[in-house]
Amino acid sequence: MSDPIPGIAAPAHLRQGSSIGQPLTRRDGPLKVTGQARYAADNHPPGMLFAVLATSGIARGRVLGLDVAAAKAHPGVVEVMTPANRPPLAGDPDAKDSPFMFRLDALQNDAVRYPQQPIAVVIAETLEAATEGAALLAPRYAAEPPRVGLDGAAAFVPAAVGVGSPASFAQGEVEAGLAAAPRRMEAVYETPAQYHNAMEPHAIVAAWDGERLTLDTPSQGMAMAQARFAALFGIRPEDIHIRSPFLGGGFGSKGLANGPQVLGILAARLVGRPVKLVLRREQMYGPVGHRAPTRQTIRMGADAAGGFTAIASHTLTATSSFDDFIEAAADVAHTLYATPALHTSHEAVRLDTGTPMFMRAPGEAPGSIALESAVDEMAFACGMDPLAFRLRNYAEVEPASGKPFSSKALRECYAEGAARFGWAGRPLQPRQMRDEAGLLVGWGMGTATFPAMMMAGHARATLRADGSGLVETGAHDMGQGAWTALAQVAADGMGLPLDRLEFRSGTSDLPDAGIAGGSAHMATVSSAIHGAGGAVIDRLAALATGDERSPLFGAGNAGVVAREGRLHRRDDEARSESYAAILSRAGLAGLEAMGQGAADPAAQKAFAMHAHGAVFVEVKVDPDFGQIRATRVVGAFAAGRVINPRMVRSQYYGGMTWGVSFALHEHAVTDRRSGRIMNADLAEYHLPVNADVPSLEAILVAEQDPHVNPLGIKGVGEIAITGTAGAVANAVWHATGVRVRRFPIGLEALIGA
Amino acid sequence: MNRFEFLRPTTIAEAVAAGARPGAAYHAAGTNLLDLMKGGVMRPGTLVDVGRLPGLDRIEHAADGGVRIGALVRNADLAHDPGFAARFPAVAEALLSGASAQLRNAATVGGNLLQRTRCGYFYDLASACNKRTPGAGCDARGGENRLHAVLGWSEACIATHPSDFCVPLAALDAVVEIIGRDGAREVPLADFHRLPGEAPERETVLAPGDLVVAVRLPAEAAGFAAHARYLKVRERTSYAFAVVSAAAALRLEDGRIAAARIALGGVALKPWRARAAEAALVGRAPAEAACREAAALALADAAPSGDNAFKIELARRIVARALLLAAAGTPGRLPALPASPFAALPGAQAHV
Amino acid sequence: MTLSISLTVNGTVQAVALEDPRVTLLDLLRERLHLTGTKKGCDRGQCGACTVLLDGRRTNACLVLAAAQDGASVTTIEGLAEGGQLHPVQQAFIDHDALQCGFCTPGQIMSAIGLLAEGQAGDDPERVREGMSGNLCRCGAYAGITEAVLDAQARLAAREDAA
Repeated sequence: MSDPIPGIAAPAHLRQGSSIGQPLTRRDGPLKVTGQARYAADNHPPGMLFAVLATSGIARGRVLGLDVAAAKAHPGVVEVMTPANRPPLAGDPDAKDSPFMFRLDALQNDAVRYPQQPIAVVIAETLEAATEGAALLAPRYAAEPPRVGLDGAAAFVPAAVGVGSPASFAQGEVEAGLAAAPRRMEAVYETPAQYHNAMEPHAIVAAWDGERLTLDTPSQGMAMAQARFAALFGIRPEDIHIRSPFLGGGFGSKGLANGPQVLGILAARLVGRPVKLVLRREQMYGPVGHRAPTRQTIRMGADAAGGFTAIASHTLTATSSFDDFIEAAADVAHTLYATPALHTSHEAVRLDTGTPMFMRAPGEAPGSIALESAVDEMAFACGMDPLAFRLRNYAEVEPASGKPFSSKALRECYAEGAARFGWAGRPLQPRQMRDEAGLLVGWGMGTATFPAMMMAGHARATLRADGSGLVETGAHDMGQGAWTALAQVAADGMGLPLDRLEFRSGTSDLPDAGIAGGSAHMATVSSAIHGAGGAVIDRLAALATGDERSPLFGAGNAGVVAREGRLHRRDDEARSESYAAILSRAGLAGLEAMGQGAADPAAQKAFAMHAHGAVFVEVKVDPDFGQIRATRVVGAFAAGRVINPRMVRSQYYGGMTWGVSFALHEHAVTDRRSGRIMNADLAEYHLPVNADVPSLEAILVAEQDPHVNPLGIKGVGEIAITGTAGAVANAVWHATGVRVRRFPIGLEALIGA
Repeated sequence: MNRFEFLRPTTIAEAVAAGARPGAAYHAAGTNLLDLMKGGVMRPGTLVDVGRLPGLDRIEHAADGGVRIGALVRNADLAHDPGFAARFPAVAEALLSGASAQLRNAATVGGNLLQRTRCGYFYDLASACNKRTPGAGCDARGGENRLHAVLGWSEACIATHPSDFCVPLAALDAVVEIIGRDGAREVPLADFHRLPGEAPERETVLAPGDLVVAVRLPAEAAGFAAHARYLKVRERTSYAFAVVSAAAALRLEDGRIAAARIALGGVALKPWRARAAEAALVGRAPAEAACREAAALALADAAPSGDNAFKIELARRIVARALLLAAAGTPGRLPALPASPFAALPGAQAHV
Repeated sequence: MTLSISLTVNGTVQAVALEDPRVTLLDLLRERLHLTGTKKGCDRGQCGACTVLLDGRRTNACLVLAAAQDGASVTTIEGLAEGGQLHPVQQAFIDHDALQCGFCTPGQIMSAIGLLAEGQAGDDPERVREGMSGNLCRCGAYAGITEAVLDAQARLAAREDAA
């Protein structure tokens, strides 16, 4: 067994419970290690057929013809769905009425707007027949020249970036600040297109029963998907039952309804039988989102003491020809470093790709690797240690808004991370360290940051006659540990031991838990759950304290605490009564209450809310070959209250691994003539393997935040990719003396270094 | 994947007769063939399953120090055969640096020789590829080609051969045993694969029906056991194809090089034997200058086929390092990260 | 043409009729035998999610033709726990939080068992990392996976010593 996780203060007890803060093992672990956890594609309802997408071989143009006859002639093929015979939709898949709605490709016409766009669906008795049927369609196209790369189309200033943020921001006199600075830097950083590549391919098993629809499909936002499908198919949302108990990874790509899901539902309608549609890996490089490339121009000025005089950051990025998602990379500068003058701006080009989408730390991840590289360059220009430079420019208030932080234990992160890593004594000059084998060694650091957001979510708590509890919420576990941590919050909220609490989640017939995104799911749903539990306990306390037969009579509602299935008097713990006894005397079969999690507008107006961290990285680089290995990564993160330190640590490990990958490994390689992605697989689109991350360490820095939400929770799912990616890049520079500004860092940049 | 007839011959003669039919392909483990069929790159009408043919799964050590490896021996079994690894450590290291443990457990010796290029344009049916469709053109030329060939390429094809295993085999004068319709014959491994020229679709010297039944390493090859390494630069620490790799083997006498063997991987459509470099080393002390000069000779004819000029300099450095590592001596046990620059500690691991 | 093969799946001999020779071992397990614990991540031997033990050796089931496996023995993730008792590797994965989303987990566990059986890694973390590098984990649970494999190896060794 692992040791208890150090650095975690015992949770400050609220009114109830003690589950919060315990490093419980994953409650869904036994199902997952035995193969019993049922993912979408594991379902096989009676009479089910297999559907396989045919996807486009060109990036832009029209489909002129498909050899439907050849596909249909293949033994086992039941039907071929094309724009010609696709069942009608009640809603327009090209409609868009919010930043959370993306235009979908659902065979609405013969247009091709990106490679791997679905152009037909083959439905067959077997997977083999459907797959071959799709191959036999042999499409003929009228192709147009595709627009490829950040120089492939005219740039425009988008109306908004990210989810509704302004495209530019300015305060102070940036040009004057730069002009007056004795130390200046200007550099251009490029980040590539990346694909989420969750291990679980997108999948749907769709079954119609009249106008009712049952879907097994991984979803980070079941209620939103329900609403979108309902509008597209002209049925009521409550007639759509989505089951998504386990997602095999999401990272944003399963956040919103996608075209292949709609096609799976359409296929089931067309053939009148349940249908399973699973994307092939290469088909995940088109219709289900990606992180757009960026080209970031950063200019900085500093005074003689190393204090910023100005920061300017401009991002050029890309979106699709037909929809908008603009990677808000420059905006990461809004929160990190104090500066009297700050200017951020964005432009974009329209390319013949699938529409980019939220991908783990959207905006922050590419923004962070560029900004942290630039800060490192500025620190060196000032002759300062990178940590000392960051402390010199520590933001006591949020730079862009001037608001105080609701909490910010970043100094502690710097201190604990640096101490653990052994940062002191790092040579200022690069290329100073070698290991015993002669490999170049470098140390780099970066600051991690991610906003502490709140979405809207709901939960229901029920106290049963036997004193046990039931908590229900349609939450989503894509690996972050929701099944475990939310159950801990639920037990805490109801003042019950975990084994007296039933926790139901992962289906759309439960209260809407919002979306698992923006690192806000834990905070949002925990608030809802804890609120629901608290409301039940409130009513229970009212029953007991108002009943003169109870030993709690007269204590007043605030005068009792709930613990282990009993209410106790605060002023005399020995006087208590079990939940079951209170219900029984009141003649009640149970108590039920709803809870809601949502942002507090007053707190949001008053405070800037972010999680923070500091990441320290050692890399080794072969001096002749430029091959790089991140040999040691230490991250210290402060993210408010920690519900389950074991799960949180794993989330940090995951983010840190993504940071290593961002700096050194993953990128889509696009042919500049055809627009096709030449490494649309897992052999050449390199994700880190086990041997790429030999040493990770995450320090959970204590932080109490009274403002973000009632439980003081900040999200942990995305922050660790930030900071880490830049720290790796900075370590490579420190090892080699070569500043690579195009990511991932390729070995050719270091050969001859 | 297309439909096919699945034949399970029980003798080599039956297999060869079936394999000679138009549209037939041999299937052993299927690790490369099924991948290609799933991608639609290959669509054979008949699969001739040779995976269970008798007698082809043996490693036979000869008394003279040579070895005969049956074509159905699995990569992992060969690499972990103690006698084999002791005599041919660079081959074992190359095998263990390739693919993943799962794939090495399945993939066969014969299949490894016959694996096809990883060129993205070969795999992408929407791109033009002379290898896949003769005469169609080569979209890799002028495309995304930073990992493509720098030696032996033609305007028709700039792909590389992906095998690690074949690189030390080429260096060590391995011989391929083939049985075809006209009986048995042998081909040196160095001549087994063809350079693309005008006909990149013809990848080996095999004729229809020809079946690789064994690979032999001669006794002389075992004479390099004390100074033999494989070195492979990759874009991630493991489970990746070589950007460039090299096998180097030396026989030292009185502190001088009596014989040298050098081959490169990832640079051409075949494992690239560097004979001129080998010759230049004979009689010299295995020091850095000699190794660098040999490396320069090995790449003397190299030319970029696209955005890959860096591979030429990288290959020189890899050859030089591989020679130095070989000179330092074969480690008693293969490193934890076989063939990796992060395992092959220059200097530190000398004379382990 | 229907091919008939005999396959031992998790200790039980099964006669399998293959109406289509294209069926891979992975699709046979998942779509015909309904053993869905074995996952399909890439279907091309590039991720390791489909790892099973084939005649005792860890193998990517996606690149194995079922028709070629007459007489073979397959162990999947469903065949590990005995009498409700988790295999030591399974338990170690839970204890070390060697999983997040869980999708790659069955393949990781089967690969770990294969690795331990191969006996090449010993207690060297670097050899374990290399030996487990054929199993991608996008959640980034590698640190826990390495710890779990080392821990399971120690537990199994202790069990053997006791026996």
